Amino acid sequence: MNSMSKPEILHFSHAAKDYKSDVKPIWCPGCGHFGVQAALFRALAQLNLPPEQVAVVSGIGCSSRLPAYTECYGFHGIHGRALPLATGLKLARPELTVIVASGDGDALSIGGNHFLHACRRDVDLTCIVMDNAVYGMTKGQPSPTTAPDWHSKIAPGGPGFNPLQPLAVALAAGASFIARGFSGDPNGIVHLLIEAIRHPGFALVQVLSPCVTYRPEEKAWKQQVHAAGVEPTADPVEAARRLFADDGLSTGIFYQRQPSPPTAPLRPASRDLTAIEAAFAL
Amino acid sequence: MSAPFSSTDPIAIAIMGSGGAGAITAGGLLLEAAGRAGWQGLMTRSVGPQIRGGEALAMVRLATAPISAHGDRFDLLLALDWENAERFVGEVPLDANSLIIADPAAGEPPAALRASGAPLLPLPLAQLAKGVPEGRANIVALGVLARWLALPLEPLETVVVRALARKGGSAAHLGQALAVGYDAAAGCNGFRRPLPPVLDAGARWLLTGNEAAALGALRGGIRFAAIYPITPATDLAEWLTPRLQQVGGQLIQAEDEIAALNMALGASYGGVPALTATSGPGLALMTETLGLAVAAEIPVVVVNVMRGGPSTGIPTKSEQSDLNIALYGLHGDAPHLVLAPTSVSDCLFTTQWAVQLAETLQCPAIVLSDQFLGQSQAVCEPPPADSAAPARVTAPVSSERYDRYALTASGVSPMAIPGRPGQQYTADGLEHNPHGTPSSGAADHQAQLDKRRDKLLRHDYGAAWAEVEGEGEIAVLTWGSAAGPVREAAARAQAQGLAVKAIAVRLLAPAQPARLATLLVGVQRVLVVEQSHSQQFLGYLRAHYLLPTDIRILNQPGPLPIRPAAVLAQLSQWK
Repeated sequence: MNSMSKPEILHFSHAAKDYKSDVKPIWCPGCGHFGVQAALFRALAQLNLPPEQVAVVSGIGCSSRLPAYTECYGFHGIHGRALPLATGLKLARPELTVIVASGDGDALSIGGNHFLHACRRDVDLTCIVMDNAVYGMTKGQPSPTTAPDWHSKIAPGGPGFNPLQPLAVALAAGASFIARGFSGDPNGIVHLLIEAIRHPGFALVQVLSPCVTYRPEEKAWKQQVHAAGVEPTADPVEAARRLFADDGLSTGIFYQRQPSPPTAPLRPASRDLTAIEAAFAL
Repeated sequence: MSAPFSSTDPIAIAIMGSGGAGAITAGGLLLEAAGRAGWQGLMTRSVGPQIRGGEALAMVRLATAPISAHGDRFDLLLALDWENAERFVGEVPLDANSLIIADPAAGEPPAALRASGAPLLPLPLAQLAKGVPEGRANIVALGVLARWLALPLEPLETVVVRALARKGGSAAHLGQALAVGYDAAAGCNGFRRPLPPVLDAGARWLLTGNEAAALGALRGGIRFAAIYPITPATDLAEWLTPRLQQVGGQLIQAEDEIAALNMALGASYGGVPALTATSGPGLALMTETLGLAVAAEIPVVVVNVMRGGPSTGIPTKSEQSDLNIALYGLHGDAPHLVLAPTSVSDCLFTTQWAVQLAETLQCPAIVLSDQFLGQSQAVCEPPPADSAAPARVTAPVSSERYDRYALTASGVSPMAIPGRPGQQYTADGLEHNPHGTPSSGAADHQAQLDKRRDKLLRHDYGAAWAEVEGEGEIAVLTWGSAAGPVREAAARAQAQGLAVKAIAVRLLAPAQPARLATLLVGVQRVLVVEQSHSQQFLGYLRAHYLLPTDIRILNQPGPLPIRPAAVLAQLSQWK
């Protein structure tokens, strides 16, 4: 058997519904996050991952409510810190599949520093950023991906700052898998998530996920989103060109390369504590 | 006039020099050699904030009995040079019975030191060193000190050669440099302050408090650590990294302290006992995540090596001023463990105990060490052999519905570990019901608050909660590194006929009012000793314990240590 080949799926024993918990989501009717949830369950089922081998880790925000809605292991942590939480879990338990559920505020504002370093470390995580360009849970403030002229109570007339480009930032920071999907395109996200989960490094999947309550105009994404029509490239220069030429509404895998080798691979124990302690004896 | 000192009094030596002169190296080698010869001792280093250069001071105290504090004075100051020496004048109290040894080529000692009345013995250390190939003044100085202490040259030569030969020094030349110093001091009249011989010294260990804490963590079962560099906790991490790898674990350098604690929490959620180490500014960043560990009931240990605060404060110097943030820094009602080692070597026991308690009680434990404990190097008796750590209570696989936060008699609910089928749950900082489902209901909040409090209160912490020495109607209440001078002052008070009970609280949270009440039966007066400007420990005691009305407080901020004589002076006023 070729040890480099990906494991074959021998039989399907899991259905999408096996990953859904009985906790009722707090999301508004029509929220894009329902589509992400459904797509994640389908992707996990197609990968035939036992729910107990999957951990969904999140911070705070509408998107971050996802873990409790799954039948996987979950960790709903604090605002912005899902990535280090997930990094610690994955490094300590590399055999688990670890998925981060985050939003534009959680991942890119309060968690911006962790976002950079998670990309740089390239630990085998799948980070889903459900991007609706608004803080929904706190009822409608601008996020780092909000356009400068979007009016809100806290920033009348618009925040006035240019939005961040998460995928370009991720590329510069060292992520080895960079993709964008749209929550209204379930088959598309299922495909992206399957590829992201199978990718053995840090995989960023930005999902345009409309906030129907505070950004009802985002319902128009259904008509505006379009396939990028590109194959993944492993060339960062080409990827940068794609991402900077992009209108922010194209979907697909923009960049994928072999992940960096882990910096501190787990090694089996080579000494016992008695030998370590002996160094203190005079 | 009779000799001012008993032959069994500890001996304190300060070695001073500009960065690179090797003062700290010399101090460490002297301590190690004395330890090999059977003595116990302690070395504290004092350095400025400079990365290279600046002035360095090694403070070594040697005795036949365990040493856990600075003394009141120094017997000897050996100066390799006087550059920036003024900075350390306050840290090296001298008197007319002290001796200053210095190279005349380095110029006059600072006036503040001369004012002590200590006689000056000029020795041309640099010139003597030049007479030996590869000769260095600090090694010549060690030879001088060996003569003064009546320390056999053999153990000194062994440690010097072992330490410096790998840097390219020839064993013969190093021995020659020691001998030159030894011989040069021979001609000095009355030049002796001999250490009494130790006849039946058992095995000895030499380690810093940060090393001891890291070893305690390993003994407790820590196999994952995530750390952001910060003085004076970084050397704990640097010691730990290769050792963790050797026992099959890992240490990762995080992007900040918030990430460090979250990484540790993620690993621990995954079933791998985890730790971080930091100092005040880092602990401040970690407080929100500590609340998550409380709410989600996940074991994790934070070793906080205190330094002068607030803000950047005095990063290289010791202070006990993070007590309040460790006890009260978490938002909400967030019961957790706070422990403090009472000596350099106790950093091992206390950290190991903290890991065991955190794992048993499924909550965060903060270990309050400090720069003095963490970066002092001590010769001590080896700790007892490791004992089996109680394992985390994990949930057995069963077909029944799994309630992660089930209400149990002990308050501890069995924890599921990811990977185990049928027990999937979501750990949550949101308030939740026993199953783990988020809940904002009053009854669930009350029940889970009670659970998280009661699991800590119902645990039997045993006698280790405090270290108690002596009996008397005067008690000294202290904690952490302040226990060192208190221990020494109490022993001196006993010798003077004043019965004193010294109590160093090791388990600060949860408070143990019933246990302290038992200890204070018959105690009429209490002296509180702590190294904080705002009397944080006194405030803590008043909040949680019943105390006699007759209370004195001895408190001072860092960086100067509390000296035994200051404690004794307070006690003597009650005589």
